[in-house]
Amino acid sequence: MFADFDFDVIVRSLPYLFFHGMAFTLTLTGLSLAGSLVLGTLVALMQLSSIRALSLLAMGYVNLMRALPLVLIIFWFYFLLPWIGQWVTGASRPIQVGAFTSALVTFTLFEAAYFAEIMRAGIQSIPKGQIAASQALGMTYWQTMGHVVLPQAFRAMIPLILTQTIILFQDTSLVYVLSIPDFLGAASKVAQRDGRLVEMYLFAAAVYFIISFAASTYVRHLQMRIAVVR
Amino acid sequence: MSMTNGPETAGPETAAPIGRALEPAKTVAPMIQIEGVSKWYGPIQVLKTCTTRVEKGEVVVVCGPSGSGKSTLIKTVNGLEVFQQGRITVDGIPVGDPKTDLPKLRARVGMVFQHFELFPHLKIIENLRLAQMKVLGRSFEEANAKGLKLLDRVGIKMHADKYPGQLSGGQQQRVAIARALAMDPIAMLFDEPTSALDPEMINEVLDVMVALAKEGMTMMVVTHEMGFARKVANRVVFMDAGEIVEDAPTDTFFGSPRSERAQAFLSKILSH
Repeated sequence: MFADFDFDVIVRSLPYLFFHGMAFTLTLTGLSLAGSLVLGTLVALMQLSSIRALSLLAMGYVNLMRALPLVLIIFWFYFLLPWIGQWVTGASRPIQVGAFTSALVTFTLFEAAYFAEIMRAGIQSIPKGQIAASQALGMTYWQTMGHVVLPQAFRAMIPLILTQTIILFQDTSLVYVLSIPDFLGAASKVAQRDGRLVEMYLFAAAVYFIISFAASTYVRHLQMRIAVVR
Repeated sequence: MSMTNGPETAGPETAAPIGRALEPAKTVAPMIQIEGVSKWYGPIQVLKTCTTRVEKGEVVVVCGPSGSGKSTLIKTVNGLEVFQQGRITVDGIPVGDPKTDLPKLRARVGMVFQHFELFPHLKIIENLRLAQMKVLGRSFEEANAKGLKLLDRVGIKMHADKYPGQLSGGQQQRVAIARALAMDPIAMLFDEPTSALDPEMINEVLDVMVALAKEGMTMMVVTHEMGFARKVANRVVFMDAGEIVEDAPTDTFFGSPRSERAQAFLSKILSH
Protein backbone atom coordinates (compact mmCIF):
# COMPACT_ATOMS: atom_id res chain seq x y z
CA MET A 1 0.00 0.00 0.00
CA PHE A 2 2.80 2.38 0.87
CA ALA A 3 4.73 1.38 -2.24
CA ASP A 4 3.33 4.25 -4.24
CA PHE A 5 3.07 6.56 -1.24
CA ASP A 6 3.87 10.05 -2.56
CA PHE A 7 5.60 12.15 0.07
CA ASP A 8 6.38 14.74 -2.50
CA VAL A 9 2.78 15.93 -2.72
CA ILE A 10 2.94 16.84 0.97
CA VAL A 11 6.24 18.68 0.59
CA ARG A 12 4.98 20.52 -2.46
CA SER A 13 1.81 21.68 -0.77
CA LEU A 14 3.36 22.58 2.61
CA PRO A 15 3.39 26.37 2.06
CA TYR A 16 -0.23 26.36 0.98
CA LEU A 17 -1.30 24.03 3.81
CA PHE A 18 0.36 26.08 6.54
CA PHE A 19 0.39 29.68 5.32
CA HIS A 20 -3.20 29.50 4.16
CA GLY A 21 -4.89 26.56 5.83
CA MET A 22 -3.28 26.51 9.25
CA ALA A 23 -3.14 30.29 9.42
CA PHE A 24 -6.89 30.38 8.89
CA THR A 25 -7.51 27.62 11.45
CA LEU A 26 -5.41 29.38 14.08
CA THR A 27 -6.98 32.77 13.39
CA LEU A 28 -10.46 31.36 13.68
CA THR A 29 -9.52 29.46 16.85
CA GLY A 30 -7.89 32.50 18.44
CA LEU A 31 -10.62 34.98 17.65
CA SER A 32 -13.41 32.57 18.62
CA LEU A 33 -11.59 31.81 21.86
CA ALA A 34 -11.34 35.50 22.77
CA GLY A 35 -14.94 36.21 21.84
CA SER A 36 -16.44 33.15 23.49
CA LEU A 37 -14.45 33.64 26.70
CA VAL A 38 -15.84 37.16 27.10
CA LEU A 39 -19.36 36.16 26.09
CA GLY A 40 -19.21 32.95 28.14
CA THR A 41 -18.14 34.89 31.24
CA LEU A 42 -21.06 37.29 30.78
CA VAL A 43 -23.45 34.36 30.34
CA ALA A 44 -22.01 32.76 33.50
CA LEU A 45 -22.58 35.99 35.43
CA MET A 46 -26.14 36.09 34.12
CA GLN A 47 -26.71 32.48 35.15
CA LEU A 48 -25.59 33.30 38.67
CA SER A 49 -27.53 36.56 38.79
CA SER A 50 -30.18 37.00 41.41
CA ILE A 51 -32.40 38.51 38.73
CA ARG A 52 -34.49 35.53 37.71
CA ALA A 53 -35.19 36.66 34.14
CA LEU A 54 -31.45 37.00 33.44
CA SER A 55 -30.55 33.60 34.83
CA LEU A 56 -33.39 31.88 32.97
CA LEU A 57 -32.36 33.53 29.72
CA ALA A 58 -28.73 32.48 30.19
CA MET A 59 -29.64 28.93 31.13
CA GLY A 60 -31.92 28.64 28.12
CA TYR A 61 -29.11 29.82 25.88
CA VAL A 62 -26.61 27.34 27.28
CA ASN A 63 -29.04 24.46 27.08
CA LEU A 64 -30.01 25.28 23.51
CA MET A 65 -26.42 25.52 22.26
CA ARG A 66 -25.38 22.35 24.02
CA ALA A 67 -28.33 20.40 22.68
CA LEU A 68 -27.69 21.11 18.99
CA PRO A 69 -24.99 19.60 16.75
CA LEU A 70 -22.30 22.10 15.83
CA VAL A 71 -22.56 21.39 12.08
CA LEU A 72 -26.22 22.27 12.18
CA ILE A 73 -25.49 25.58 13.91
CA ILE A 74 -22.75 26.38 11.39
CA PHE A 75 -25.18 25.87 8.53
CA TRP A 76 -27.97 27.59 10.31
CA PHE A 77 -25.97 30.75 10.96
CA TYR A 78 -24.47 30.79 7.51
CA PHE A 79 -27.93 31.01 5.96
CA LEU A 80 -29.56 33.00 8.73
CA LEU A 81 -26.93 35.60 9.55
CA PRO A 82 -27.62 37.74 6.45
CA TRP A 83 -31.28 37.96 7.47
CA ILE A 84 -30.47 38.65 11.12
CA GLY A 85 -28.08 41.35 9.93
CA GLN A 86 -30.82 42.87 7.83
CA TRP A 87 -33.19 42.85 10.78
CA VAL A 88 -30.62 44.40 13.15
CA THR A 89 -29.39 47.09 10.79
CA GLY A 90 -32.76 47.73 9.18
CA ALA A 91 -31.32 47.33 5.68
CA SER A 92 -33.62 46.76 2.74
CA ARG A 93 -32.04 43.44 1.70
CA PRO A 94 -30.19 40.64 3.51
CA ILE A 95 -26.67 41.88 4.22
CA GLN A 96 -23.57 40.24 2.79
CA VAL A 97 -21.82 38.09 5.37
CA GLY A 98 -18.62 36.38 4.40
CA ALA A 99 -18.03 32.76 5.28
CA PHE A 100 -15.28 33.74 7.71
CA THR A 101 -17.48 36.19 9.62
CA SER A 102 -20.25 33.66 9.71
CA ALA A 103 -17.92 30.96 11.02
CA LEU A 104 -16.47 33.33 13.63
CA VAL A 105 -19.90 34.35 14.94
CA THR A 106 -21.00 30.72 15.03
CA PHE A 107 -17.99 29.45 16.95
CA THR A 108 -18.10 32.38 19.34
CA LEU A 109 -21.75 31.81 20.15
CA PHE A 110 -21.40 28.02 20.32
CA GLU A 111 -18.26 27.88 22.44
CA ALA A 112 -19.60 30.61 24.74
CA ALA A 113 -22.11 28.07 26.05
CA TYR A 114 -19.29 25.73 27.06
CA PHE A 115 -17.08 28.48 28.48
CA ALA A 116 -20.11 29.74 30.42
CA GLU A 117 -20.34 26.40 32.20
CA ILE A 118 -16.62 26.43 32.94
CA MET A 119 -16.64 30.00 34.24
CA ARG A 120 -19.76 29.34 36.28
CA ALA A 121 -18.03 26.46 38.03
CA GLY A 122 -14.98 28.69 38.51
CA ILE A 123 -16.97 31.55 40.01
CA GLN A 124 -18.82 29.17 42.30
CA SER A 125 -15.52 27.73 43.53
CA ILE A 126 -14.55 31.11 45.02
CA PRO A 127 -15.46 31.24 48.74
CA LYS A 128 -18.40 33.52 49.57
CA GLY A 129 -16.19 35.26 52.11
CA GLN A 130 -14.16 36.76 49.27
CA ILE A 131 -17.26 38.50 47.98
CA ALA A 132 -18.22 39.63 51.48
CA ALA A 133 -14.72 41.04 52.02
CA SER A 134 -14.85 42.95 48.73
CA GLN A 135 -18.26 44.36 49.54
CA ALA A 136 -17.15 45.29 53.05
CA LEU A 137 -14.40 47.38 51.45
CA GLY A 138 -17.06 49.29 49.53
CA MET A 139 -16.52 47.62 46.17
CA THR A 140 -19.46 47.45 43.77
CA TYR A 141 -20.66 44.29 42.02
CA TRP A 142 -18.55 44.91 38.93
CA GLN A 143 -15.47 45.88 40.95
CA THR A 144 -15.86 42.73 43.05
CA MET A 145 -16.21 40.57 39.96
CA GLY A 146 -13.51 42.30 37.95
CA HIS A 147 -10.80 42.54 40.60
CA VAL A 148 -11.48 39.69 43.00
CA VAL A 149 -13.78 36.93 41.76
CA LEU A 150 -13.10 36.58 38.03
CA PRO A 151 -9.28 36.70 38.20
CA GLN A 152 -9.36 33.87 40.75
CA ALA A 153 -12.04 31.93 38.88
CA PHE A 154 -10.12 32.29 35.64
CA ARG A 155 -6.90 31.05 37.20
CA ALA A 156 -8.62 28.07 38.76
CA MET A 157 -10.17 27.16 35.43
CA ILE A 158 -7.14 27.59 33.13
CA PRO A 159 -6.67 23.83 32.59
CA LEU A 160 -10.34 23.39 31.64
CA ILE A 161 -10.28 26.48 29.43
CA LEU A 162 -7.22 25.16 27.58
CA THR A 163 -8.78 21.72 27.19
CA GLN A 164 -11.89 23.30 25.72
CA THR A 165 -9.64 25.36 23.43
CA ILE A 166 -8.08 22.18 22.05
CA ILE A 167 -11.59 20.92 21.28
CA LEU A 168 -12.36 24.25 19.63
CA PHE A 169 -9.18 23.94 17.54
CA GLN A 170 -10.35 20.57 16.25
CA ASP A 171 -13.95 21.71 15.82
CA THR A 172 -12.96 24.55 13.49
CA SER A 173 -12.29 21.87 10.84
CA LEU A 174 -16.08 21.65 10.50
CA VAL A 175 -16.04 24.88 8.47
CA TYR A 176 -15.31 22.60 5.51
CA VAL A 177 -19.10 22.46 5.14
CA LEU A 178 -18.92 26.13 4.11
CA SER A 179 -16.09 25.29 1.68
CA ILE A 180 -13.66 27.51 3.57
CA PRO A 181 -10.05 26.37 3.15
CA ASP A 182 -8.99 25.89 6.75
CA PHE A 183 -6.14 23.43 7.36
CA LEU A 184 -8.26 20.34 6.74
CA GLY A 185 -10.07 22.05 3.86
CA ALA A 186 -6.75 22.95 2.23
CA ALA A 187 -5.45 19.40 2.63
CA SER A 188 -8.68 18.09 1.18
CA LYS A 189 -8.40 20.40 -1.82
CA VAL A 190 -4.88 19.24 -2.64
CA ALA A 191 -5.93 15.64 -2.07
CA GLN A 192 -8.71 15.84 -4.61
CA ARG A 193 -6.76 17.88 -7.14
CA ASP A 194 -3.80 15.47 -7.16
CA GLY A 195 -5.75 12.30 -6.41
CA ARG A 196 -3.67 11.77 -3.25
CA LEU A 197 -6.37 11.22 -0.64
CA VAL A 198 -4.49 8.76 1.60
CA GLU A 199 -1.36 10.90 1.85
CA MET A 200 -3.10 14.17 2.52
CA TYR A 201 -5.65 12.88 5.04
CA LEU A 202 -2.96 10.94 6.89
CA PHE A 203 -0.78 14.01 6.99
CA ALA A 204 -3.66 16.21 8.20
CA ALA A 205 -4.46 13.69 10.93
CA ALA A 206 -0.82 13.64 12.01
CA VAL A 207 -0.68 17.44 12.24
CA TYR A 208 -3.90 17.66 14.27
CA PHE A 209 -2.66 14.88 16.52
CA ILE A 210 0.73 16.42 17.18
CA ILE A 211 -0.67 19.86 17.98
CA SER A 212 -3.53 18.61 20.15
CA PHE A 213 -1.43 16.02 21.96
CA ALA A 214 1.35 18.47 22.68
CA ALA A 215 -1.18 20.99 23.97
CA SER A 216 -2.95 18.55 26.26
CA THR A 217 0.36 17.30 27.60
CA TYR A 218 1.17 20.88 28.44
CA VAL A 219 -2.24 21.28 30.13
CA ARG A 220 -1.60 18.20 32.27
CA HIS A 221 1.76 19.59 33.28
CA LEU A 222 0.13 22.92 34.11
CA GLN A 223 -2.56 21.21 36.14
CA MET A 224 0.07 19.55 38.26
CA ARG A 225 1.89 22.81 38.79
CA ILE A 226 -1.33 24.52 39.86
CA ALA A 227 -2.06 21.64 42.22
CA VAL A 228 1.37 22.08 43.80
CA VAL A 229 1.02 25.84 44.21
CA ARG A 230 -2.31 25.48 46.03
CA MET B 1 -3.16 62.44 58.91
CA SER B 2 -4.67 60.80 61.97
CA MET B 3 -5.19 57.07 61.67
CA THR B 4 -8.73 57.13 62.89
CA ASN B 5 -11.55 59.52 62.65
CA GLY B 6 -12.47 58.85 66.27
CA PRO B 7 -12.29 61.63 68.82
CA GLU B 8 -9.11 62.26 70.74
CA THR B 9 -10.08 60.36 73.86
CA ALA B 10 -8.66 60.16 77.33
CA GLY B 11 -4.92 59.65 77.61
CA PRO B 12 -3.83 56.07 77.21
CA GLU B 13 -1.95 56.17 80.54
CA THR B 14 -5.15 56.54 82.53
CA ALA B 15 -7.45 53.74 83.59
CA ALA B 16 -8.11 50.99 81.08
CA PRO B 17 -11.48 51.17 79.26
CA ILE B 18 -11.32 54.34 77.32
CA GLY B 19 -14.76 55.22 76.10
CA ARG B 20 -16.15 55.48 79.60
CA ALA B 21 -15.06 59.07 79.72
CA LEU B 22 -17.53 59.67 76.91
CA GLU B 23 -20.56 58.51 78.80
CA PRO B 24 -21.90 61.98 79.67
CA ALA B 25 -21.92 62.93 76.01
CA LYS B 26 -25.22 61.15 75.41
CA THR B 27 -26.48 63.96 73.23
CA VAL B 28 -24.15 62.85 70.45
CA ALA B 29 -25.88 60.30 68.20
CA PRO B 30 -24.39 56.80 68.51
CA MET B 31 -22.03 55.70 65.76
CA ILE B 32 -23.94 52.44 65.38
CA GLN B 33 -27.54 52.19 66.48
CA ILE B 34 -29.44 48.89 66.27
CA GLU B 35 -33.14 49.13 67.09
CA GLY B 36 -35.51 46.19 67.27
CA VAL B 37 -33.79 44.22 64.51
CA SER B 38 -35.28 40.86 63.55
CA LYS B 39 -34.18 38.47 60.87
CA TRP B 40 -35.58 35.24 59.55
CA TYR B 41 -34.09 32.49 57.41
CA GLY B 42 -37.34 31.10 56.05
CA PRO B 43 -39.39 30.13 59.08
CA ILE B 44 -36.41 30.26 61.47
CA GLN B 45 -35.94 33.51 63.33
CA VAL B 46 -32.22 34.12 63.84
CA LEU B 47 -32.40 37.61 65.33
CA LYS B 48 -35.14 38.57 67.76
CA THR B 49 -35.77 42.31 68.16
CA CYS B 50 -32.16 43.11 68.95
CA THR B 51 -31.47 46.60 70.29
CA THR B 52 -28.08 47.99 71.18
CA ARG B 53 -25.72 50.78 70.18
CA VAL B 54 -22.05 51.65 69.90
CA GLU B 55 -21.13 55.21 70.82
CA LYS B 56 -18.37 57.07 69.10
CA GLY B 57 -15.04 55.88 70.48
CA GLU B 58 -16.64 53.01 72.31
CA VAL B 59 -15.60 49.35 72.22
CA VAL B 60 -18.47 46.89 72.47
CA VAL B 61 -17.82 43.17 72.68
CA VAL B 62 -20.56 40.81 71.53
CA CYS B 63 -20.34 37.31 72.95
CA GLY B 64 -22.50 34.25 73.37
CA PRO B 65 -22.64 30.57 72.51
CA SER B 66 -22.17 29.56 68.89
CA GLY B 67 -25.32 29.84 66.84
CA SER B 68 -26.58 32.67 69.03
CA GLY B 69 -26.72 35.08 66.09
CA LYS B 70 -23.81 37.33 67.05
CA SER B 71 -22.05 37.00 63.69
CA THR B 72 -25.33 37.57 61.88
CA LEU B 73 -25.97 40.68 63.97
CA ILE B 74 -22.58 42.26 63.23
CA LYS B 75 -23.02 41.56 59.51
CA THR B 76 -26.31 43.42 59.45
CA VAL B 77 -24.46 46.56 60.54
CA ASN B 78 -22.79 47.02 57.13
CA GLY B 79 -25.56 45.35 55.18
CA LEU B 80 -23.77 42.08 54.41
CA GLU B 81 -26.82 40.40 55.95
CA VAL B 82 -30.27 41.81 55.33
CA PHE B 83 -32.87 41.99 58.08
CA GLN B 84 -36.64 42.09 57.84
CA GLN B 85 -37.60 44.22 60.80
CA GLY B 86 -36.15 47.09 62.78
CA ARG B 87 -33.69 49.83 61.99
CA ILE B 88 -29.92 50.18 61.93
CA THR B 89 -28.09 53.45 61.45
CA VAL B 90 -24.37 53.96 61.05
CA ASP B 91 -23.28 57.55 61.61
CA GLY B 92 -26.93 58.49 61.17
CA ILE B 93 -27.31 56.70 57.81
CA PRO B 94 -30.01 54.01 57.69
CA VAL B 95 -28.49 50.71 56.50
CA GLY B 96 -31.74 48.99 55.53
CA ASP B 97 -33.00 51.89 53.44
CA PRO B 98 -33.00 50.90 49.73
CA LYS B 99 -32.00 54.48 48.90
CA THR B 100 -28.78 54.22 50.89
CA ASP B 101 -25.64 53.84 48.77
CA LEU B 102 -24.42 50.68 50.50
CA PRO B 103 -20.98 50.46 48.84
CA LYS B 104 -20.32 54.04 49.91
CA LEU B 105 -21.39 53.34 53.48
CA ARG B 106 -19.39 50.09 53.62
CA ALA B 107 -16.29 51.90 52.44
CA ARG B 108 -16.44 53.92 55.67
CA VAL B 109 -16.88 50.91 57.98
CA GLY B 110 -13.97 48.49 58.29
CA MET B 111 -14.64 44.80 58.72
CA VAL B 112 -12.38 41.96 59.74
CA PHE B 113 -13.50 38.38 59.16
CA GLN B 114 -12.91 35.10 60.92
CA HIS B 115 -11.13 33.64 57.90
CA PHE B 116 -9.19 36.82 57.01
CA GLU B 117 -10.46 36.86 53.42
CA LEU B 118 -7.34 38.42 51.97
CA PHE B 119 -7.37 38.23 48.18
CA PRO B 120 -5.05 35.27 47.50
CA HIS B 121 -4.19 36.29 43.92
CA LEU B 122 -2.85 39.68 45.03
CA LYS B 123 0.32 40.53 46.92
CA ILE B 124 -0.08 41.86 50.45
CA ILE B 125 0.53 45.46 49.39
CA GLU B 126 -1.86 45.03 46.45
CA ASN B 127 -4.50 43.81 48.89
CA LEU B 128 -4.10 47.12 50.72
CA ARG B 129 -4.06 49.27 47.59
CA LEU B 130 -7.01 47.79 45.71
CA ALA B 131 -10.00 49.34 47.46
CA GLN B 132 -8.13 52.56 48.25
CA MET B 133 -7.62 53.13 44.54
CA LYS B 134 -10.82 51.66 43.11
CA VAL B 135 -13.25 52.79 45.80
CA LEU B 136 -11.72 55.95 47.25
CA GLY B 137 -10.03 56.99 44.01
CA ARG B 138 -6.63 57.49 45.61
CA SER B 139 -3.55 57.61 43.42
CA PHE B 140 -1.16 54.67 43.31
CA GLU B 141 1.48 56.62 45.25
CA GLU B 142 -0.93 57.69 47.95
CA ALA B 143 -2.47 54.23 48.33
CA ASN B 144 0.95 52.62 48.33
CA ALA B 145 2.36 54.97 50.98
CA LYS B 146 -0.69 54.52 53.18
CA GLY B 147 -0.56 50.74 52.71
CA LEU B 148 3.12 50.52 53.67
CA LYS B 149 2.57 52.75 56.70
CA LEU B 150 -0.22 50.52 57.97
CA LEU B 151 1.71 47.33 57.23
CA ASP B 152 4.57 48.78 59.25
CA ARG B 153 2.18 49.48 62.06
CA VAL B 154 0.95 45.88 62.23
CA GLY B 155 4.52 44.61 61.80
CA ILE B 156 4.16 43.07 58.33
CA LYS B 157 6.01 45.63 56.23
CA MET B 158 8.78 43.20 55.30
CA HIS B 159 6.19 40.86 53.79
CA ALA B 160 4.57 43.52 51.58
CA ASP B 161 5.55 41.76 48.36
CA LYS B 162 4.54 38.26 49.42
CA TYR B 163 1.25 36.57 48.71
CA PRO B 164 -1.26 35.90 51.49
CA GLY B 165 -0.66 32.14 51.27
CA GLN B 166 2.95 32.66 52.32
CA LEU B 167 1.96 34.22 55.66
CA SER B 168 0.82 32.63 58.91
CA GLY B 169 -2.77 33.02 60.05
CA GLY B 170 -1.88 35.65 62.61
CA GLN B 171 0.06 37.64 60.04
CA GLN B 172 -2.78 37.39 57.56
CA GLN B 173 -5.27 38.66 60.10
CA ARG B 174 -3.02 41.63 60.90
CA VAL B 175 -2.88 42.39 57.18
CA ALA B 176 -6.69 42.18 57.07
CA ILE B 177 -6.88 44.74 59.87
CA ALA B 178 -4.44 46.99 58.04
CA ARG B 179 -6.45 46.61 54.83
CA ALA B 180 -9.60 47.77 56.64
CA LEU B 181 -7.76 50.66 58.30
CA ALA B 182 -6.41 51.85 54.95
CA MET B 183 -9.91 53.05 54.15
CA ASP B 184 -9.85 55.45 57.14
CA PRO B 185 -12.94 53.86 58.65
CA ILE B 186 -15.20 55.66 61.11
CA ALA B 187 -15.79 52.34 62.89
CA MET B 188 -14.45 48.80 62.79
CA LEU B 189 -16.41 45.56 62.92
CA PHE B 190 -14.60 42.38 63.98
CA ASP B 191 -16.32 39.07 63.35
CA GLU B 192 -14.54 36.47 65.52
CA PRO B 193 -11.12 37.70 64.40
CA THR B 194 -9.16 35.14 66.40
CA SER B 195 -11.39 32.07 66.16
CA ALA B 196 -9.58 30.57 63.19
CA LEU B 197 -6.11 31.14 64.63
CA ASP B 198 -3.73 28.78 66.35
CA PRO B 199 -3.46 29.73 70.03
CA GLU B 200 0.07 31.10 69.74
CA MET B 201 -1.06 33.62 67.12
CA ILE B 202 -4.07 35.00 68.95
CA ASN B 203 -2.15 37.53 70.99
CA GLU B 204 -0.39 39.20 68.07
CA VAL B 205 -3.82 39.99 66.63
CA LEU B 206 -5.32 41.04 69.95
CA ASP B 207 -2.38 43.37 70.56
CA VAL B 208 -3.17 45.23 67.35
CA MET B 209 -6.82 45.46 68.35
CA VAL B 210 -6.00 46.72 71.84
CA ALA B 211 -3.77 49.42 70.38
CA LEU B 212 -6.56 50.41 68.04
CA ALA B 213 -9.04 50.65 70.91
CA LYS B 214 -6.62 52.79 72.87
CA GLU B 215 -6.46 55.22 70.00
CA GLY B 216 -10.18 55.74 70.30
CA MET B 217 -11.40 53.68 67.37
CA THR B 218 -15.10 52.82 67.53
CA MET B 219 -15.22 49.03 67.59
CA MET B 220 -17.82 46.31 67.63
CA VAL B 221 -16.18 42.98 68.27
CA VAL B 222 -17.70 39.51 68.18
CA THR B 223 -15.28 37.36 70.14
CA HIS B 224 -14.83 34.67 72.76
CA GLU B 225 -11.70 36.37 74.08
CA MET B 226 -12.96 37.43 77.48
CA GLY B 227 -9.54 38.73 78.47
CA PHE B 228 -9.74 41.18 75.58
CA ALA B 229 -13.26 42.16 76.62
CA ARG B 230 -12.16 42.88 80.20
CA LYS B 231 -9.20 44.87 79.05
CA VAL B 232 -10.73 47.22 76.48
CA ALA B 233 -14.49 46.82 76.23
CA ASN B 234 -16.77 49.55 77.52
CA ARG B 235 -19.79 47.31 77.28
CA VAL B 236 -20.45 43.64 76.73
CA VAL B 237 -23.47 42.41 74.81
CA PHE B 238 -24.40 38.82 75.52
CA MET B 239 -26.54 37.00 72.97
CA ASP B 240 -28.30 33.67 73.10
CA ALA B 241 -30.71 32.11 70.60
CA GLY B 242 -30.94 35.28 68.54
CA GLU B 243 -31.72 37.54 71.49
CA ILE B 244 -29.67 40.15 73.25
CA VAL B 245 -29.95 38.78 76.76
CA GLU B 246 -27.61 41.17 78.49
CA ASP B 247 -26.12 44.53 77.55
CA ALA B 248 -24.06 45.87 80.41
CA PRO B 249 -20.90 47.80 81.23
CA THR B 250 -17.94 45.42 81.25
CA ASP B 251 -17.44 45.38 85.05
CA THR B 252 -21.10 44.73 85.68
CA PHE B 253 -21.21 41.96 83.11
CA PHE B 254 -18.24 40.08 84.53
CA GLY B 255 -18.91 40.99 88.17
CA SER B 256 -22.62 40.38 88.50
CA PRO B 257 -24.35 39.20 85.36
CA ARG B 258 -28.10 39.43 85.82
CA SER B 259 -29.33 36.63 83.59
CA GLU B 260 -28.85 32.96 84.31
CA ARG B 261 -27.86 32.32 80.73
CA ALA B 262 -25.00 34.80 80.94
CA GLN B 263 -23.92 33.34 84.27
CA ALA B 264 -23.92 29.85 82.79
CA PHE B 265 -21.97 31.04 79.73
CA LEU B 266 -19.37 32.83 81.85
CA SER B 267 -18.89 29.94 84.21
CA LYS B 268 -18.28 27.67 81.23
CA ILE B 269 -15.94 29.97 79.41
CA LEU B 270 -13.97 31.20 82.44
CA SER B 271 -13.72 27.96 84.40
CA HIS B 272 -10.28 27.05 83.06
